[in-house]
Amino acid sequence: MNTIAYLGWRSVLNRRGSVLLTVLSIALSVAMLIGVERLRNDARDGFARTVSGTDLIVGARGGQVQLLLYSVFHIGNASNNLSWQSVQHIAALPQVDWVVPLSLGDTHLGYRVVGTTAEYFARFRHGDDRALVFAAGRAFAPAPEGIFETVIGAELAVRHGYQVGAKIVLSHGSGGFADHGDKPFTVVGILAPSGTPVDRSVLVSLEGIEAIHVDWQGGAPIPGVSIGAEHVRKFDLTPKTVTAAMVGLKNRVTVFRVQRQINTFADEPLTAILPGATLQELWSLVGVAERALLAVAAVVVVVGLAGLVAVMIAGLGERRRELAILRALGAGPRHVLGLLMLESVTLAVVGILCGLLLVHGLIWMSGGWLTTTYGIYLGIGWPSLSEWGLLGAVLAASVLASLVPAYRAYRYAVADGMTIRM
Amino acid sequence: MAETLNIERFELAEGERVFLRGASGSGKSTLLSLIGGVLQPSAGRISVGGQALDVLGAAARDCFRADHIGFVFQLFNLLPWLSARDNILLACRFSPARRARLSQMGVLPQAEAERLAARLGLTPALLERPAAALSVGQQQRVAAARALIGAPGLIVADEPTSALDAELQARFVDLLMDECAAAGAALLFVSHDARLAEHFDRVVELADINQATVREVA
Repeated sequence: MNTIAYLGWRSVLNRRGSVLLTVLSIALSVAMLIGVERLRNDARDGFARTVSGTDLIVGARGGQVQLLLYSVFHIGNASNNLSWQSVQHIAALPQVDWVVPLSLGDTHLGYRVVGTTAEYFARFRHGDDRALVFAAGRAFAPAPEGIFETVIGAELAVRHGYQVGAKIVLSHGSGGFADHGDKPFTVVGILAPSGTPVDRSVLVSLEGIEAIHVDWQGGAPIPGVSIGAEHVRKFDLTPKTVTAAMVGLKNRVTVFRVQRQINTFADEPLTAILPGATLQELWSLVGVAERALLAVAAVVVVVGLAGLVAVMIAGLGERRRELAILRALGAGPRHVLGLLMLESVTLAVVGILCGLLLVHGLIWMSGGWLTTTYGIYLGIGWPSLSEWGLLGAVLAASVLASLVPAYRAYRYAVADGMTIRM
Repeated sequence: MAETLNIERFELAEGERVFLRGASGSGKSTLLSLIGGVLQPSAGRISVGGQALDVLGAAARDCFRADHIGFVFQLFNLLPWLSARDNILLACRFSPARRARLSQMGVLPQAEAERLAARLGLTPALLERPAAALSVGQQQRVAAARALIGAPGLIVADEPTSALDAELQARFVDLLMDECAAAGAALLFVSHDARLAEHFDRVVELADINQATVREVA
């Protein structure tokens, strides 16, 4: 066995050019497979970590998944708002413990602005019921003092070097069209990283959102009207509408009853969702695409292994002499079989290891970008159970694939014996 | 299957040096494969060093070949990507018996490879070169050293000189004979070239001993 390993190693070294390309193609295919798997698992983890402690999310009548995506994950936009009266009505329901309204729509440098109440910081939970922590500063003060105060997420603070006391200007909509340049906000608090979309959020009071839109109408400044920041406090800054509301109940048992009550609310068409259940619905939707992606990755692995088989078989033609020499020296056909299998499997294993390194390197390099752009946190670490499963499957497939050139070499070894054929 | 060889009796004594002359296509390769235990005769018996090969299984015959027979071929004897030294030592790697005989003699395989190489006129510097970088004559000497290391009882040489020029041919045959004598190994030298026959104890024409009517076409 030692001899076989030694010969295999030396033979592979001799053919390192084609061997390196083969290993590279296997590495790339494995990196793709593991990358897809990790992406889908970490994306699920990340999403699941974000929804915690909120019993119901209420928005205007519409798709449940859509409501979950725009309210919690800041993906997409609401097509409709719900009225402030409805929010107050829900807050007044006897089963309801608390309501935190959310007003979305504006941005700062591409980061979403969330208009809410100071209670948000106390009620928002992520992961295992963990509350938000201030890395610096404090929550914004209640109106009217805190109208132009803001709390920003950890990532925004780090990326743009914002400290407590910094002045930031909000943009209307997703940015690029119009700024609320006349009413800058002062950073009064910076949150510690939570691994949720909050890290990429700019949190202001609902009154602040109202204030910057006082002299706006239909999504644009009213021509000729300009109301300065110092005068805006004279206006009634109670919001007319909000985008969504997070609802906590006194007793979770009542959740379906409250949901039904809200869904059948007579004054306004509303949708209330259970975040966990809706997340499951989302996964069942996304699952099809995930499986398709995984299937494509699996096919790429098969292509990589087919390349390995092709390289090994192409090499065999030249190696018939080598095999005859080994036969004369006392190698049996089973040694030849072992030699070829060992070579192929070793290349596959090296390819798999390189693939793992590659995928971690890519995660390391692109992690920040993925997080800011798509809100997906990819972890670097040992493969998960499902990834081990995939790696095992790749290894098993490579053992099967190695049988093809090995069996061929075996046949040569039996047919040629010590006779050197070319 | 067409009959290739039909030999009533052919034997070498211990340490005997026999020249077996046969044209190409006369069934030489088949005979060597039979002696090496790679092929099995359809009838009759082949013994090497007192061991009947037909009673051994295929794997045991492979082991036996590694332990007791050294082969030198016409060309391409060496693994081109191994150094000359590693090519010589390869024979020991496949054969525990060769290693055992060396340790009985109290020499390490490395030292024996160097000693044989030196006797065959290979400098230590040449030993470190990859086999592919050696001249044909050097390659054949490396092949001879590999066949001889660990003192197998029989050396089979299959046209080992046909790629060499006339002067080198005679020198190589002399070297091979000397080393076989020193190791006490019998030498079966197969060639179509009768000019080399004069060096040997005995000359046998394959055509004379082979009674097969159909000849191998190789």
